[in-house]
Amino acid sequence: MNILFWIIIVPGILVLGLVASWIVRKVSALVQWRVGPPLFQPAYDVMKLMGKEILIPQDAQRTVFLTAPLVGLAGTLLLSLMLWRITVAQTAFVGDIIVAIYLMVLPSLALILGSSASASPHASIGTGREMKLVMGYELPLVLAFVVVVIKTAGSVGPGEQLSLAAIAQQTPAFSISGMLAFLAALLCVQAKLGFVPFDIAEAETELGSGVLMEYSGALLAAWKLMHALMLVALPFFLVMVFLGGFHATLPPAELGIPVVIAALMVFAGTRLLAARSKFMDVLSLLIFIGLCVWLGLGKYVLILVLLILIKNTNPRLRIDQAMKFFWVYCGIALVAAIILASIGYYYDIHWL
Amino acid sequence: MKKTMQKPILAVGPFHPLQEEMEFFQLTVDGEIVTDIDARISYNHRGIEKISETLQFDQVPFLVSRVCGICSASHPLAYVQAVEDIVGVQPPERALYVRTIINELERVHSHMLWVGLAGHFIGYDTVFMWAWKYREPVLDLLEEITGNRNNYGNVKVGGCREDIPNELKPKILKELDGVEKKTEMLTKAVLDDPILHARLKGVGVLSKEDAIAYAATGPTVRGSGIAIDVRQDDPYAAYADLDWNVISQPEGDVFAKTVVRLLEVLESLKMAKEAVTKLPDGPIATEVKEIPPGEGCGRAEAPRGETFHYVRSDGGNRPIRHKIRAPSYVNVPSFKASCIGQHIADVTITLAAVDPCYSCTERLAVVDGHNNIIHDYETLLQMSREKTARIKKEIGAPEFKMEDI
Repeated sequence: MNILFWIIIVPGILVLGLVASWIVRKVSALVQWRVGPPLFQPAYDVMKLMGKEILIPQDAQRTVFLTAPLVGLAGTLLLSLMLWRITVAQTAFVGDIIVAIYLMVLPSLALILGSSASASPHASIGTGREMKLVMGYELPLVLAFVVVVIKTAGSVGPGEQLSLAAIAQQTPAFSISGMLAFLAALLCVQAKLGFVPFDIAEAETELGSGVLMEYSGALLAAWKLMHALMLVALPFFLVMVFLGGFHATLPPAELGIPVVIAALMVFAGTRLLAARSKFMDVLSLLIFIGLCVWLGLGKYVLILVLLILIKNTNPRLRIDQAMKFFWVYCGIALVAAIILASIGYYYDIHWL
Repeated sequence: MKKTMQKPILAVGPFHPLQEEMEFFQLTVDGEIVTDIDARISYNHRGIEKISETLQFDQVPFLVSRVCGICSASHPLAYVQAVEDIVGVQPPERALYVRTIINELERVHSHMLWVGLAGHFIGYDTVFMWAWKYREPVLDLLEEITGNRNNYGNVKVGGCREDIPNELKPKILKELDGVEKKTEMLTKAVLDDPILHARLKGVGVLSKEDAIAYAATGPTVRGSGIAIDVRQDDPYAAYADLDWNVISQPEGDVFAKTVVRLLEVLESLKMAKEAVTKLPDGPIATEVKEIPPGEGCGRAEAPRGETFHYVRSDGGNRPIRHKIRAPSYVNVPSFKASCIGQHIADVTITLAAVDPCYSCTERLAVVDGHNNIIHDYETLLQMSREKTARIKKEIGAPEFKMEDI
């Protein structure tokens, strides 16, 4: 019975991922004065791709080419599952922050493997860029987690300094060093998701779609699903490490009724304002955000919106600029954050 | 067979998300650095010059407005000026002003289109959508004046086809004010964005010497510090009566070209507004009955640079030769000077920075697929002459030259 539950939960995370990728597209569209896709568009895309022919380049390394998307998808699924078990269905031990860091590299590694196996000049340049990007953002990401570990070391129980479940009870972002680390980690997640300004490896107008150039059909659908899952897992991870996690309990009844009334009022308001155009889409966006807030997922939505805004207000960086940004600027900021956090820990000053 | 070491080549084209037209750039790359570039065009040769010889003089403007969808006021204007040069007719002053207004509105929407596309090419889709939204009122105005958003076909030999009604003037001025405000905002946003600076400054530099050597035109050369502009150097339409400046920037990089274009939009809006206020009364066309034998040249400053038309008439109702040189024809080869040694990411934006228009500039190239020989114009001409001489010899035709006819 328990196993059956987990088999059902995994498609649930997938659905959440597809909804998140719809939010990304919809909010981007609204920022850019476009109408944007309907709610089910990401699902339609995946379903359509599933039915398409899979073309394998003649010179490709077939095994690696075919398994790479599945490896990436499996890694992200495992990460989401782990986060799910820490927040919703809590168990004694599900892995610590180190495991999560490993699982978070897996999609990028799979992308590198798959694209380098595809024997395409565009993909090979994309591979090189992805490698450099991974090397660029992994250092600040790990440093940011070091800050978190230092910040929370005093508060969590002995032997639990690396446990995600224990860290998720603390809010290290409410301090100078924690905020620095949070912002750096947010940009690293931006790069991990392959969003502008760090969509260097895909770079549509330079490399076609770079790393994904030779993928088609169900394999491309697997990449898309992986990306949708990452949209859930990575912001979730940030919420847990920096913002104190979320307690996925419904708010008490006396709070629930005003929320429902407010949602109904928003419903009526949008109906009056947006006579007939875009009405259903805006409504579903609002309902989803309302639901998130109600379920204590507001922090997740906040991070997602931050990611989308960064995506839509920046041009793509060059790979050398991106590496310099991560190593020099983020690196210096994080070293400063580590020093601050250590001082704060030593003298017991919480806001440092 | 011995395998030779091949240079890695990155293909930008024949169909590539970078540009909507067919073009083929072979970038020889060493890692991320581009070491050589080979441009191939002529995927969309339409034989416009030949078609033009089959049309009557008053039909040709509609054809040449289709040379380029975006420069569809400049090409007919240059053609019409060439024919007027043959006839020796001076169009009425109101027609000159109407031509000026339409051409400046065209420049505004073309430059806005480029700014949007350039944003898209460096992954800044918000700029893409916003610039294109700001461009819409200009297209609507052009539709209201000429009946079409593009391909206006508004000029004819001796004047204009459609007038700007006097009651439309306040509306034009109001709309242009709105566009000006938005363009100023966009200009400020681009000039102040540190990431755009990092991405565009010092990229794809076309030095002053190279710009002269490749005979580049338009914003491409004005971005390299050479302030040439047909509107200033050889004024046509009503440009001599208006108060305006040629915009130029000394740096020669993509950022300088962007700045030139954005400031030119503001300058063009100013000119269009001045021309609308000054619009004199009177007829918009003088009647031209016949085109005498002779030849004429017409030049106009299209948004992408100088466009040149040469027309020869034998006194009949069709041009016997019509030669077009679109600005991209000289701007595209300048990639050789500006792209080599750059990053791939910089080369793609440099390729787009001259605002190339490939179908305008197509020339015939015959490729022998088996031997991979590309015949250029001189060889083709040579081959054609040899064949003619051979046939003449076979049929025993008398020797005569073109001038004897």
